[in-house]
Amino acid sequence: MTTTQMIFGRLTWDAFPWHEPIVVATFVAVVLGGAAVVAALTYFRLWGYLWKEWFTSVDHKKIGIMYMVLGLIMFLRGFADAVMMRLQQALAFNGSEGYLNAHHYDQVFTAHGVIMIFFVAMPFITGLMNYIVPLQIGARDVSFPFLNNFSFWMTTGGAVLVMCSLFLGEFAQTGWLAYPPLSGIAYSPATGVDYYIWALQVAGVGTTLSGINLIATIVKMRAPGMSLMKMPVFTWTSLCANILIVASFPILTATLVLLSLDRYAGTAFFTNDFGGNPMMYVNLIWIWGHPEVYILILPLFGVFSEVTSTFSGKRLFGYTSMVYATCCIMVLSYLVWLHHFFTMGSGASVNSFFGITTMIISIPTGAKLFNWLFTMYRGKIRFELPMMWTVAFMLTFTVGGMTGVLLAVPPADFVLHNSLFLIAHFHNVIIGGVLFGLFAAINYWWPKAFGFKLNVFWGKVSFWCWQVGFWLAFAPLYILGLMGVTRRMRVFDDPSIHIWFIIAAIGAAIIAAGIGAMLVQFAVSIWKREELKDVSGDPWNGRTLEWATSSPPPEYNFAFTPVVYDTDTWADMKRNNYQRPLSGYQPIHMPSSTGAGVILAGLATLCGFALIWYIWWLAGLSFVGIVAVAIGHTFNYKRDFHIPQDVVTRTEEERTRTLAALGA
Amino acid sequence: MSHPSSPLRTRIFRWSAPILAAPLAGCNWVVMNPSGDIAVQQRDLILISTALMLLIVIPVMAMVVWFAWRYRAANKAAEQDYDPDWDHSTKLELLIWSAPLLIIICLGALTWVSTHKLDPYRPLDRIDARTAVDPRVKPLAVQVVALDWKWLFIYPDLGIATVNELAVPTNVPVRFDITASTVMNSFYIPELAGQIYAMPGMKTQLHAVANKPVGGVGFSANYSGAGFTHMRFGYKAMDKAGFDAWVAKVKADGADLDRAHYLTLAKPSEKAPVAYYSAVEPRLFDAVVNLCPRPGQRCMGELMHVNMMGGAGKESARETQGLKYDFPDSHVIDQAERNEGVQTAPDAPGATETPPDHSSHSGADAHAQHR
Repeated sequence: MTTTQMIFGRLTWDAFPWHEPIVVATFVAVVLGGAAVVAALTYFRLWGYLWKEWFTSVDHKKIGIMYMVLGLIMFLRGFADAVMMRLQQALAFNGSEGYLNAHHYDQVFTAHGVIMIFFVAMPFITGLMNYIVPLQIGARDVSFPFLNNFSFWMTTGGAVLVMCSLFLGEFAQTGWLAYPPLSGIAYSPATGVDYYIWALQVAGVGTTLSGINLIATIVKMRAPGMSLMKMPVFTWTSLCANILIVASFPILTATLVLLSLDRYAGTAFFTNDFGGNPMMYVNLIWIWGHPEVYILILPLFGVFSEVTSTFSGKRLFGYTSMVYATCCIMVLSYLVWLHHFFTMGSGASVNSFFGITTMIISIPTGAKLFNWLFTMYRGKIRFELPMMWTVAFMLTFTVGGMTGVLLAVPPADFVLHNSLFLIAHFHNVIIGGVLFGLFAAINYWWPKAFGFKLNVFWGKVSFWCWQVGFWLAFAPLYILGLMGVTRRMRVFDDPSIHIWFIIAAIGAAIIAAGIGAMLVQFAVSIWKREELKDVSGDPWNGRTLEWATSSPPPEYNFAFTPVVYDTDTWADMKRNNYQRPLSGYQPIHMPSSTGAGVILAGLATLCGFALIWYIWWLAGLSFVGIVAVAIGHTFNYKRDFHIPQDVVTRTEEERTRTLAALGA
Repeated sequence: MSHPSSPLRTRIFRWSAPILAAPLAGCNWVVMNPSGDIAVQQRDLILISTALMLLIVIPVMAMVVWFAWRYRAANKAAEQDYDPDWDHSTKLELLIWSAPLLIIICLGALTWVSTHKLDPYRPLDRIDARTAVDPRVKPLAVQVVALDWKWLFIYPDLGIATVNELAVPTNVPVRFDITASTVMNSFYIPELAGQIYAMPGMKTQLHAVANKPVGGVGFSANYSGAGFTHMRFGYKAMDKAGFDAWVAKVKADGADLDRAHYLTLAKPSEKAPVAYYSAVEPRLFDAVVNLCPRPGQRCMGELMHVNMMGGAGKESARETQGLKYDFPDSHVIDQAERNEGVQTAPDAPGATETPPDHSSHSGADAHAQHR
């Protein structure tokens, strides 16, 4: 081993893709853009502000917003990958190899899947739950505010590692679940799979901890009177999603530990030789992977419940059956994993068992859909943007659910497995369910977070672009699947299927317009925030507690902890002529900001980076650093403070004046 | 639902097939219009299941649209219906849980039966809907090896083998024994039958029959690395005379497939041309499944046997040489060519290659066979 190798591991100048014009151009753009941002932040002296008010903040609302920003940034990256794939598949016909070679294309589809699930969907739902759950249960923060900040930065650390792979070395070329033996060191000797492993491990710590945190928050910090069966449905679905996180992410962690031992320490859990068994990996990863899709969708089911009830101006139909349906789904999601590999050669009885359990999940899901339907029934539906997304979800998701049940029939799966039909199916449920739900949620709760509504015109443009674009992009994939076209193909021989890929690419372009319109919507709304301002704190005539406080809520959320008598607490309070208490304010006990989360996550990311590149000294050093900082942080006794009474009084009196002006 | 299941199913199928299949005609919808009996039954199952689900999906979607329109705030006609506190109805709750339940009971029963009937491991009992299998006819055995990135087909009873071309006689049951040389693939011929994974060190099985003489393609349906996209082979179903002529041609043109030739063939390559072998070493497929294709290696089957008999003593614990198949720096199948797609790369002049590796050791067995 040379000295250079000792210092830099396998990181050499060649790791930087000098010879890839696209990557170099992207890199230059990122560097210039990054430099511009850094310069602007420095010029406007925002570093201190960001550090003090955001990065080190333990306020669940700020952390929630940071999660959403992370999700949005990574969404743009993940979508760029999607566009590259669509373009490649639209071009690579008639003898053309397209514009991406296998080395690039295979990284692109792997990165697309990994990023969209782990660094888009997960941050989005975690951010949403972080922001809304404490408000809905009348709490001042989560149970473990520092842990919350740490979780966020660990998730960000994972995202940073994935982004690093773009410019240093390469990302995995294995598909998003990195099946061995392909992902083993024997067939993937380069850094790709290591980036995959360490990005997910670092982010996984954050996800697991934030799951624990939110469970504790929901179980222990509900306002007086809020029994479990009086919790808002979004809180219920969040509880179930977080139980799933805590129960399933350790499996992912353990599986990836075994894979990394195979790659680093020469063990043989999943190798061909020494009695290893790759099928075990496939089972383990899906025992995590299937609950994961319910982790993603359950909170959004909660969003749809809140939105439907609010905009229909009605109590949610069948609250109890909604809760039981959610719990059923939570439990059943553990009993279906094998449907991801019926074709691996299990016997007919095993396959039927998992096929039927999968179908059974559609019963509670169907019940939920009916409940939303009967919430609309005899309602007074206002078609604001959140409600539009919800109706679109009901129509889109039903189709996706149907194709999903179809794929759960093993003999049907034998002909459709790994085909573009499958791709169309899961985009149908993930876009139609998770993304539409997120867009509903963003439009619904934005006024709560920022005190002004989102622009409706651009919201509608985005909405319609997504509707049209989605079907143009994915209906052809259903069709192609029925023509026997398989996933992850880079080049095609059969010219007769070319047209479908062109249509799909056009669909992707229209979705791009939808995303652009959404960004414009944000920009225009911020620009015209005075016109869109909402001072009432309750712009939609909401029904749950988050609408009881101001928008944005004060740091302490509620000056007085509310007392709960009904599921739709805020609607109940409004109906009974609730009067805000106007005096008797007390100092409020709050957690203090700390930089420890940023530092710990930074060191963990560095440790991951060092392990990817075999820089052993740095890995050891950063690991020791993590332990030292963690221990050091336990000696930090400045963990809390009191918001003085006069500050609370001033804030609340300001709110009283605003409300009075509104009423006058 | 009181009718016996098969007439009901037939009726549903008769009713739904034209509706569902009509727009599919005229295009290359091979999954919807296959030529092998197993794939046909799988297609029917797709149509029946879809029809069953549409029974509930269509009303639901119609209701979504109808309710959304009917109860819109602007609709003055619906105003007197507005009932903000109506949130429960036991009858409706029963209906919304039992309606999907009924559909799933039907679909579940269908699933249980069809999964067993169409289990790829189950020998066929019919040639097509009208013809039972003649018990005297022995199925044609084909051994399939997914190599990087091409397909090897061995016909053990005929003593021939081919690369990237599979021919089967029509109306004769075929039994595929499937494995892979290095990584996971999936063996799929949409014309013929559903897919099954091809995995190193393991043997999977598929029973199928072709009913019409056709030409089509088969491919790997599970991503397996840089050359995956071109991992396709020609599929030919031929009548008896045609198949015999094809076998004769293979025998006349072919070379000899021995272990050494296999190890060369198995090296990663893309767009491998069709090749014929007039003679095949008889135990080659077993050796591939047992991860011991190199002459002189111990096979995992043998090792498993030793283990089953109580192991070979403590000193054997240090003897790991024979257990290596593709452990880093001991690839039995030379991986020098596995180059992350450089061959097919029009624009990657500098893509780095993994260093060549010729250090294959003698032993490479030791792998539990999972079936």
